[in-house]
Amino acid sequence: MLHNKSFVKKTKSGKITKNVREHYLRDDIYCGVTICKVCDSSAARLSGSASSPILVLDTNVVLNQIDLLENPAIDDVVVLSIVLQEVRNRNLGVYNRIRALCSNSARKFFVFSNEHHKDTFVQDMAGESKNDRNDRAIRVAAQWYKSHLGGAAHVLLITNDRENKRKATEEGIPAETIEAYVKSLDRRDLLDLLVRPASEDVNMEEVEDLRPSKRKVIYAEHKPLSEITSGLHQGIYHQGKLRVNRYNPFEAYVGSESIGDEIIIYGRGNMNRAFDGDIVAVELLPQDQWHEENSLSLADEEDEEEGVHLVPGSADDAPRTTNLVQSAAGPPRPSGQVVGIIKRNWHSYCGSLEPMPMPAGDGGVAHALFVSKDRRIPKIRIQTRQLGNLLSKRIVVTVDSWDCLSRYPSGHYVRTIGEIGDRDTESEVVLIENDIDARPFSSQVLACLPPLPWSVSSEDLANPIRQDLRHLLVFSVDPPGCKDIDDALHCAALSNGNFEVGVHIADVTNFVHPSTPLDDEAAQRGTSVYLVERRIDMLPKPLTEDICSLRADVERLAFSVIWEMTPEAEIISTRYTKSIIKSCAALSYIEAQARMDDSRLADPLTTDLRNMNTLAKIMRHRRIERGALTLASAEVKFQIDTETHDPLDIGMYQIREANQMVEEFMLAANVAVAEKILKHYPLCSLLRRHPTPTKEMLEPLLRTAASVGLDLDISTSKALADSLDRAVGEDPYFNKLIRILATRCMTQAVYFCSGDLTLPEYHHYGLAAPLYTHFTSPIRRYADVIVHRLLSASLGIYKLPAIFQDRPQLTSIADNLNYRHRNAQMASRASVELHTLIYFRKRPTDTEARIVKIRSNGFIVFVPKFGIEGPVYLTERSEKGGGEWFVDEQQQKIKRMDGSISYGVLQKVNIHMEVVEPQPNRPKLQLNLV
Amino acid sequence: MEYVSPEGLRIDGRRPMEMRKLQAEIGVVAKADGSAVFEMGNTKVIAAVYGPREVQNRSQQLSDQALVRCEYSMANFSTGDRMRKPKGDRRSTEISLVIRQTMEACILTQLMPRSQIDIYVQVLQADGGTRSACINAATLALADAGIPMRDFVTSCSAGYLNSTPLLDLNYVEDSAGGPDVTVGILPKLDKVTLLQMDAKLPLDIFENVMQLAVEGCKAIADYIREVLSENTKQLEYRRGL
Ligand SMILES: [Zn+2]
Repeated sequence: MLHNKSFVKKTKSGKITKNVREHYLRDDIYCGVTICKVCDSSAARLSGSASSPILVLDTNVVLNQIDLLENPAIDDVVVLSIVLQEVRNRNLGVYNRIRALCSNSARKFFVFSNEHHKDTFVQDMAGESKNDRNDRAIRVAAQWYKSHLGGAAHVLLITNDRENKRKATEEGIPAETIEAYVKSLDRRDLLDLLVRPASEDVNMEEVEDLRPSKRKVIYAEHKPLSEITSGLHQGIYHQGKLRVNRYNPFEAYVGSESIGDEIIIYGRGNMNRAFDGDIVAVELLPQDQWHEENSLSLADEEDEEEGVHLVPGSADDAPRTTNLVQSAAGPPRPSGQVVGIIKRNWHSYCGSLEPMPMPAGDGGVAHALFVSKDRRIPKIRIQTRQLGNLLSKRIVVTVDSWDCLSRYPSGHYVRTIGEIGDRDTESEVVLIENDIDARPFSSQVLACLPPLPWSVSSEDLANPIRQDLRHLLVFSVDPPGCKDIDDALHCAALSNGNFEVGVHIADVTNFVHPSTPLDDEAAQRGTSVYLVERRIDMLPKPLTEDICSLRADVERLAFSVIWEMTPEAEIISTRYTKSIIKSCAALSYIEAQARMDDSRLADPLTTDLRNMNTLAKIMRHRRIERGALTLASAEVKFQIDTETHDPLDIGMYQIREANQMVEEFMLAANVAVAEKILKHYPLCSLLRRHPTPTKEMLEPLLRTAASVGLDLDISTSKALADSLDRAVGEDPYFNKLIRILATRCMTQAVYFCSGDLTLPEYHHYGLAAPLYTHFTSPIRRYADVIVHRLLSASLGIYKLPAIFQDRPQLTSIADNLNYRHRNAQMASRASVELHTLIYFRKRPTDTEARIVKIRSNGFIVFVPKFGIEGPVYLTERSEKGGGEWFVDEQQQKIKRMDGSISYGVLQKVNIHMEVVEPQPNRPKLQLNLV
Repeated sequence: MEYVSPEGLRIDGRRPMEMRKLQAEIGVVAKADGSAVFEMGNTKVIAAVYGPREVQNRSQQLSDQALVRCEYSMANFSTGDRMRKPKGDRRSTEISLVIRQTMEACILTQLMPRSQIDIYVQVLQADGGTRSACINAATLALADAGIPMRDFVTSCSAGYLNSTPLLDLNYVEDSAGGPDVTVGILPKLDKVTLLQMDAKLPLDIFENVMQLAVEGCKAIADYIREVLSENTKQLEYRRGL
């Protein structure tokens, strides 16, 4: 059946045009109820019985109550196509979630294409608004279900629209509000999931503000969108994404292209209800108000203290502003206030309720404040009927609204993760917070795996693109217990006195083909994530631990880079080939080191190891000569109880020569591959760059160095490397400490698409290399998978997948990889912090620490043995800044008024570490001076 | 943008392999030797054929075959925005050429040396797939004019959106910027006479999309055959046979 829909539309240039579109009505759209005798039930989802109703939802119920719908207690739902269409136009995030529910085979959600069904399509009526027309369409569809199913099943229309409900009842369709329906289910926990309409919000206010006339306006009204648009146009307002300082939630930045600088937003008042990640419109403050730094967190209504955390691995982990002892160098930076929010970045957050006394009479509705684990998020007000149960739990909460009369946004409870402090619960929190997908791989993904058990086939051997390297003495060197071995090496002495050195990398792209579900999943995950007690793989386990892993004594497919080198480590030739190898030994770093050190051994493997080590040392030396930085990180290592998974011991990760040897050849292979792919694909190669740190970023390092009388030259990476080498004090640990401080001033290296930048920008500062990429870990990094495809294509083995012709797509892949990479690192750090806390819970310890930063009421210490850093208070927190201590900015010292005691940067102190619980269920690690 | 819903319906309610509604009428221009209106959904094209007749410009006369000429135009009211398009723009010239070459390939031109056949095609309503509709209309008009043909050409397009091959794109789907394959075939001889594509497509997907378009051509051929035989019956009836 055919029907023409005509409608008028305004074009971009303002002209009104009439559009006529065809609209086909069909008779082959089925109801999706399994017991229906009329319809084809092959795709049916809805069980439907006389007792439990089939629900037909209206648009607003889907838009507002998506958290409730995601709860398995709600099922047998008909989702009309008109509802989907409206939801899609109004909120894409909710649309994706309802779509996911519809495609989830475990749930009974069925999409009914009412707009194309011959009996449920409704024509526009004259004088009827679009909303009314759609409400009518929903009622017609509900009516159709009712008469179609007859007495076999009960149909219930769920709508909170009073008018719609009235009309439905008139037309004889059973209708309920969502609240009434949930109440009828008799599930108290479900009521918490309900989103209350904004008008009911009034009685949720703080007690003193109950009378509406007394309610203070706390935040400025947001400007209407039309005003913002014209303001942006005239250059009065500036648009950008708001980023809240991870270490100081009262400070945020908005990168603005229009003024070419970052605008600083101080305080929650100026942030005006904006969340991290929101797209906002900002107005600059008058210039005389640009200096508010010294009063920042102290002046604000709530004070959140800094906890003990892991030592930052780069500038991205470190607090953005330095401490209060900051020289007022340079002109003040522009600061501003948010006048409107263009796009919200609200999602759900993990955290716990702020401890509070139980209100009298359990079971009633309680108002509680939710504190997110992510410090950038303000507290969120929620209503709950299960307060007693939730106080000791980690929960997930979503934000619903934030009006200018309330200090905190309001939201609602979504689900419980588990007990606070429980290792599994906290690990899950770490995963959720960092947006890491730890779900098992779907059946579609697993279907892409080769049949198991897998072994090298005769076709692989006969394949002309593959070179048979099984005769070579190939070995791998990894951390102990490593199962995903992506690299192996060989080093053979040639008759002309040179060496043939090979780096063999797992041939992942032989199994992961472009545009398969497996490939899409890996691209989405981006990287494997290493937590202390578990690993979340990028590729399914059979690939990660078996088929791709270059284990000892089995034949494996590899992608090899092979050099001929002189004994002076000069590269004579480089070749790249797909290969078949058979590793003879999977060594740990310790084993490899022991073999090299044991002078009695002279077997071929040990000889190769020693030759290789000699070459690596020369290469390393040359690299450092070129200006590569040897930075120090304070990586800690846990020894985990195999049964309980509790940490038994922690200590710094020891770096041996064997580690450096492997690292050196991996670097060389990555550089060699980067050169090759860029030569063939100058516009679509995936490379990795490390931006040169600005002087401003190195400022904290220079200041600390100056206070201990050390002069650092930061003009080039070479100069910095040299002056770091010269930084030797009486203290044997001094040099390492300076290097750790230098490391945290650098930003992280990032992936990028070569077509997006110019050649000088490709530079990798830390390695002092003009070109760099990632090739050597395809099992656990997706970037390497892409690079493998580029390399195969440049060798003419395979065609380049179509995606490489789509530059914006490639750029977004690189962005996703950077995002995933960063999250994986943050998750690893959070996991280590969590296990540190668990470890010290039973073991209060005295240890040595170094002062790295002076505060107005104490200092920040670094604990080398455990790789953590945290505050030590000299005065009570309440008398901050006052009391008997004063800060000497010049010397970076905090001194007692009478001059009897002083503490300076880099000074050694003894501290006591123990876990305290100042509030119930909130354990934290506390550092005190001994 | 979602062009095919997970339920398998396109924006206008068709399934991926379904064609729009076809409608054709023969003999709509009384003065012409042959004429036809062909509709594919909201795309509507009129074609008129004059000839075989004497060659107007003697210098163009071919001694061994007929001269086929084609003029394509688009009515100003054919699209929603009613833009005034100058005659003889590049697109029109290109489509004229495509239609001429396609029709030439099926007309038995060597049977009519030193004569001229004119094909006029005008788009009355444009809603995607105009090229195919023009060819189908021209075929019907040629048949109506009784011009000897090897076989009649039919044409249909197919595209590829949301990882799904789609038959007979309408304007909305066509403007999505995805690949669009227009195919013309000689159904009885099972030969492809026209193949146009304006995007890149991996080979295996291309084969699927093209196969779909060929299926579309065959369905149109069935319809055209039906229209022609219906027309013959009408003529027989009028002559009282
Ligand atoms: Zn049915």
